[in-house]
Amino acid sequence: MRVEVSDVRFGYGASGPEVLHGVSLTGESGTFCGVIGPNGSGKSTLLRVIGGVARPWSGCVLLGGRDISLMSPRQAAQLVAAVGTAEAVIFPFTVEETVLMGRSPHLRFFASETALDAAKAHEAMKRTGVAHLAGRRITALSSGERQRVLIARALAQEPKVLLLDEPTAHLDVNFQVEIMELVSALAHESGITTIAVLHDLNLAGRYCDQITMLSSGQVAAQGVPREVLTEEHLLDVYGVRAIVGRRPELDRPAVFVISGSPRHGHGGHTGLDGHCEGGEFNGVDDIGRDGDAG
Amino acid sequence: MPRSRALKTRVAFLVIAVLVVVGWAVSAGTAGIHTGLALRIIISRIPLLGRTLPLGLGSIDPDMLESAEIIVLEVRLPRIVLGLLVGAGLAATGASFQGLFRNPLADPYIIGASSGAALGASIGILSAGRAGLAALSTPSSYIPIFAFIGAVITVVFVYALSTVDGHMPTDTFLLAGVVVGSFVWAMVSFLMVTAGEDLPKVVMWLMGSLSAKSWAHVRITAPYVLAGVVALTALGRNFNLAACGEESARYMGLDVERFKKVVIALGSLITAAAVSSSGLIGFVGLVVPHVARMLIGPDHRSLIPVSALGGAVFMVTADTLARVIIPPREVPVGVITAMAGAPFFFYLLRLRKKG
Repeated sequence: MRVEVSDVRFGYGASGPEVLHGVSLTGESGTFCGVIGPNGSGKSTLLRVIGGVARPWSGCVLLGGRDISLMSPRQAAQLVAAVGTAEAVIFPFTVEETVLMGRSPHLRFFASETALDAAKAHEAMKRTGVAHLAGRRITALSSGERQRVLIARALAQEPKVLLLDEPTAHLDVNFQVEIMELVSALAHESGITTIAVLHDLNLAGRYCDQITMLSSGQVAAQGVPREVLTEEHLLDVYGVRAIVGRRPELDRPAVFVISGSPRHGHGGHTGLDGHCEGGEFNGVDDIGRDGDAG
Repeated sequence: MPRSRALKTRVAFLVIAVLVVVGWAVSAGTAGIHTGLALRIIISRIPLLGRTLPLGLGSIDPDMLESAEIIVLEVRLPRIVLGLLVGAGLAATGASFQGLFRNPLADPYIIGASSGAALGASIGILSAGRAGLAALSTPSSYIPIFAFIGAVITVVFVYALSTVDGHMPTDTFLLAGVVVGSFVWAMVSFLMVTAGEDLPKVVMWLMGSLSAKSWAHVRITAPYVLAGVVALTALGRNFNLAACGEESARYMGLDVERFKKVVIALGSLITAAAVSSSGLIGFVGLVVPHVARMLIGPDHRSLIPVSALGGAVFMVTADTLARVIIPPREVPVGVITAMAGAPFFFYLLRLRKKG
């Protein structure tokens, strides 16, 4: 399902400061879109607006041409599922119970799940590789397992659009790669339009079809990873000096941050630049392979 | 969600426990009425069943039978039924609030219903004393109404105070409940200072007791508790969503703000109805849901009714102990629930730490 965000302005509360100053983005059906930007640039807020949880002051979010602000929470949840980072798991539901909750938007208010719902939940658990954990308490899982359970719950919703807020946060590199491979497969194979806020620029560059870079609530750059992840943009938006190389086998950018502030070590003095000739930075590429192997 | 056989066994066990406790409670006490007689008296009053079964009550001395009937039917039974209702209502509300607020320390009193009821009851007792109303009617008939109104007004005030732009952040709501609660408690204390000879009545009310309760109290409490617990149980699946966090629940299609309103309204009415007829009885609404969760897990569709059953058993047990521990005097039941509840809660915490 095509997601169109057009000129969204939003701030928290009626009188709070504006957080998003006219953001637009389009996520084509079955693509994996990344949203990146420094802390406080409005990434998570944008995700909440797309999910219909936060209502924009002006502008609109269209899902398959329908305005999400006109849908009830239940109608919206039949189209959009989300995996957030915000909320801690407090109650010791089992994995199966947790994933079954994803069926809620398809159930009547007082109804219980049927065998068909259970089958769909199991399908989702298999897809994310947590079927063997069905009877375990979610409070007893590792962060990587828990993340896959929450993605399974989102899949049980049978969404057309999947929103992910930093799906790889707090995960070790092997789980990061695992989650990213899973998510990009979901987008490309199941046709779910996936929009993810990502912290890790290299993961974004490696897996996303399209990236939106936010800066102070505005779109600083938008397009395919190669166009967005440039040394210039990173300096402008993040204020860091970086070397952007290219993963030769994929034609994907790889980012290597050199220093936190442009005042330190100006171009040509770091001694690292030498490796960068021809736009390829082998050191980064090696890091990337390590990740894949794990 | 699949309801397992283990769950059914546990629910059946609890239902039997309720019956056993009621059987014990009708016969315990100084009057020397044994369980068999008490049960036969109760059965004789059930339409159809009472006529058809050979109960053999005719062979008992009529005077003795009459006094036994009065003790069982007019003194003990209303008290037991009220205990079942109050225990069930408080425990079900506690389980609901803990799920809704995602806070294991939440209990039915956290949102100000208890302080409001206390203020209402104090005003009722004192104004009755001043106006000489106590002589005209039994105090028990109007104090519940004062307490009920006090509780509802306080919760509405807390709700209004913490709602901004149609949103009610849970943390703000809980804080507002605590702040308004302490203010209202201060007013209660002030009233107590000025109470004079009515002070013991206020203090007794605050301690919480099921003693000297009539069917009138049951009639005030029953509709709210029964309807409320059924409604909360019916909402069980939505509690599970809310327990995952507000934003997650919203993404799974729950209208969170509306759900909060409905649950707070239901929980407050149940609490107000329970508190107004029996005073402040603590720990039932806090401890019982935790025990229930350990027995059957966090699925609110079974957690809420199981908490209600457990609360009913706990309450009647505690109240019967309160009657028989130091006869002929009675200990306020709130003292028993706290004395039994607090150490048990501590034991549960230790257990969980080790596990």
